[in-house]
Amino acid sequence: MSTFLQTLFVGLRLGSIYALVALGYTMVYGIIRLINFAHGDFIMVGGYTMIFTVPVMIALGLPLWVSVFLAILVCALVGMATELVAYRPVRKKGTSMTALITAIAVSLLLENLAQAIPQIGPNPKVANKIFAAGGIRIANVTLDWTTILTICISVIVMVILYQFTQKTKIGRAMRCVSEDKPASILMGINVNRTIVTTFAIGSSLAAIAALMYIAQYPKVYTTMGSILGLKAFVAAVLGGIGIIPGAMLGGFVIGLVESFTTSYVSSSMADAFVFLILIIVLIIKPAGILGKNMGEKV
Amino acid sequence: MIKNKTLQGYILNTLVIAVLLIGFSFIKEAFGKAGDFKLILAPSIWQCCYLIVLAASLNLTLGFLGQLSLGHCGFMAVGAYSAALLSLAAERAGIFKEKSGIAFILVLVGCILIAGLLAAIVGLLVGIPALRLKGDYLAIITLGFGMIIVNIINNLPFAGQEGLALGSASASLYKNGLGFGTALKVTYIWVAIAVTVICIAMMFMYVRSKYGRAIRAIRDDEIAASASGINTAFYKVFTFAYSAFFAGVAGALYACANATLSTASFAFANGGILNSTFVVVMVVLGGMGSLTGSIVAAIVMFLVNYQIKNGLWVKLLPLWLQNIFAFPMLVYAVILIIVIMFRPKGIFGTYELSLRNFFSDMKTQRQNRLAQKQENKEALSHE
Amino acid sequence: MSDERTPILETRKLGITFGGLVAVSDFNIQVFKGELVGLIGPNGAGKTTVFNMLTGVYKPTEGSVLLDGQVLNGKKTHQFVAAGVARTFQNIRLFKQMTVLENVLAAFTKDVKYGMLDSLFRTPRFWKTEKELKVKALDLLSIFHLEDKADYIASNLPYGQQRKLEIARALATDMKLLLLDEPAAGMNPTETAELLDCINAIRNRFGIAILLIEHDMSLVMNICERIQVIDYGITIAKGLPDEIANNPKVIAAYLGQ
Repeated sequence: MSTFLQTLFVGLRLGSIYALVALGYTMVYGIIRLINFAHGDFIMVGGYTMIFTVPVMIALGLPLWVSVFLAILVCALVGMATELVAYRPVRKKGTSMTALITAIAVSLLLENLAQAIPQIGPNPKVANKIFAAGGIRIANVTLDWTTILTICISVIVMVILYQFTQKTKIGRAMRCVSEDKPASILMGINVNRTIVTTFAIGSSLAAIAALMYIAQYPKVYTTMGSILGLKAFVAAVLGGIGIIPGAMLGGFVIGLVESFTTSYVSSSMADAFVFLILIIVLIIKPAGILGKNMGEKV
Repeated sequence: MIKNKTLQGYILNTLVIAVLLIGFSFIKEAFGKAGDFKLILAPSIWQCCYLIVLAASLNLTLGFLGQLSLGHCGFMAVGAYSAALLSLAAERAGIFKEKSGIAFILVLVGCILIAGLLAAIVGLLVGIPALRLKGDYLAIITLGFGMIIVNIINNLPFAGQEGLALGSASASLYKNGLGFGTALKVTYIWVAIAVTVICIAMMFMYVRSKYGRAIRAIRDDEIAASASGINTAFYKVFTFAYSAFFAGVAGALYACANATLSTASFAFANGGILNSTFVVVMVVLGGMGSLTGSIVAAIVMFLVNYQIKNGLWVKLLPLWLQNIFAFPMLVYAVILIIVIMFRPKGIFGTYELSLRNFFSDMKTQRQNRLAQKQENKEALSHE
Repeated sequence: MSDERTPILETRKLGITFGGLVAVSDFNIQVFKGELVGLIGPNGAGKTTVFNMLTGVYKPTEGSVLLDGQVLNGKKTHQFVAAGVARTFQNIRLFKQMTVLENVLAAFTKDVKYGMLDSLFRTPRFWKTEKELKVKALDLLSIFHLEDKADYIASNLPYGQQRKLEIARALATDMKLLLLDEPAAGMNPTETAELLDCINAIRNRFGIAILLIEHDMSLVMNICERIQVIDYGITIAKGLPDEIANNPKVIAAYLGQ
């Protein structure tokens, strides 16, 4: 029983991290129909930022998690820069294939740049513990604060995000552009600004996810974003790419699948399982659980 | 005089290749024993050969069919490991003792062929589920398959993570199986070249036929291709398998040129050059839709990679630049971004170098340029 | 097998529903060999949807499509083409990066008799077939006066010629039924007149059945033997051009009521 509970909590915790990252993927895909391969690497950027800012917080006597705000700022800037410098010019002149190749190139660039800069890579760095140790005991299992905070913060962020897209002007603009870009332009929406904002928000989510991740696994390395990003991407596709509730749903499902596979089957199979889910989803219902099939207009 | 232009083309191409090969064997005879040729040129030629085949084969899928397949190195891995293990098995079964003689050559050719066929079967298995997907989704699923394939090889007891370098399968690979030492690389260099030429020829034959037209039609507009009677599912899967065949052959060549194989080399984006991204860079750089471009780009990227790793001039650069060169993938990522942003068609676009048409192509180009200049002048004079 | 009384195209209660929306319902039509029938209706009436069902792009949710007596529902597009249906598109869908000649050659693919081995070893059969294909393609292009542009990249052609190329490509599939989706869209009167000549030339030469969607009434009245009118997916009138022109329901549909 305690294994089950433990696995469950780990799954939920992992799931909330995946959900946050999946949200970033899904928001960007929804608005420009591009899988931002570099999204996982934004997490890495956030992680390394915090490696540098946590000591600053310690020096200033602030709680360690405040460092996330700087990470959010840096990630948002990197995200916006990527869109402005790399994606927008290619989107204007190129095809969706070249846009995809650009995304892959940016991802590679970020990963290898991090490795090349001596202050950062290539060896992993270790962060300080961000949240206090210890936790609540439920049925012989310790539910540590990190897990509780991760899940809570993620859920709060998701709720805020959902409200944002439903109630605010920019949020609605994002939904409009996702659905019908030409019509949005005709309605007077500044599409370019909306896209940049989407990137900023998505990347900020990546920074928060980085915080959660480091809180649990304090080792930061240059490729930490890629596997995490890939699994979060599977989560986004599973839930329905472009659909915000879908990303949250997908994130938790993948987190639970990974956790239970690791516990009850084997840890090396966990990654393969996640990928298997991707393949099955793409073959059976590419639009995802909450998705609608949109055929091409002939 | 031979009238038929196509026949002219074939004869011309064959003559040129023959001349190049004869010239090359003279050089080999003259310098073959010398250190430089043995140590540098021969291994380089082997590497160029499998890079050329890799790039050209991915171009079939990416450039001609228009599908971004990111798992190409998975097929190469299948080919490499198949060839290495088969040859090892043959050696252990006593089919050949030394790496020479008719028996060995037969084993060699057999291994290359079977490596290709096995890779083609895997390509088939990947191509079928990929049928329903387009664009981004296809890229992701092929990426996934590439990883799964390498993962599976990793978990096979006789192949394994340590690669064919340690462990029971491999201990004798260096001296037996296929892995050629430097001397043998020179001896069998004609194998590498012949295989490359044959592969490229096979790809040209494919592209300049109903198959090439069908897949280019699918690339340009799949719905219209269907509406023109093209069985898109068949041609997509067939091209996947065909392109995977050559990736497998390239893998076999790689197995010949390397004593040890490790699955880490075939990942999606590691620091080496065997990853799927490097192949994409080659194809994009050369021009998606130009086999000539892939050949040229493979050689260019080989040279770039070689210089980055071994160039003496690198030591002269400022330290931060040297740090960057320690991570070649960074350079390739930059190359890819520059090409995509400023010349997405790559060096050659969809142009194929044709020896027969070389002079008339030059003439047409010059005419077009003059005509364009003329038009521009007239346009300006009307303002 | 067909006799003179079997229509080349017949649909029986053909219909399709998308989600809750009934796009087309109870569509019945017969087109006989050599006939040219027009399908008209206001924008959004469902005409292209009908075409899509007649070519396997959409699967009908009710009813059936018969080509020369053979039921074709549920088959894939290229199977429809193999059975003898060819079409052009409302928004031109040419193979943009291929030449004019290659666009037509591509449409011959399903009938090309050589295989992979012939292609690899360049057998005499390969050469003979390729030569025949080229001759046939140039011949088709000549109907539309495009043969001297054979090596042009398709996207470099002017608009009117692109439309003609699309028709030429459709003809290459050796069809029994040709579906033309607004072939005169975006054309000026001169081009439309040329198009008319081309369509007549096709009729005389191939004797196929043609179903035409068109908004340009001069073309429709001039060239169609019979006309069927649909609005909101429902057939509101069928008959000869004169009858249709004076039918109050048709007039109302177009003027909006």
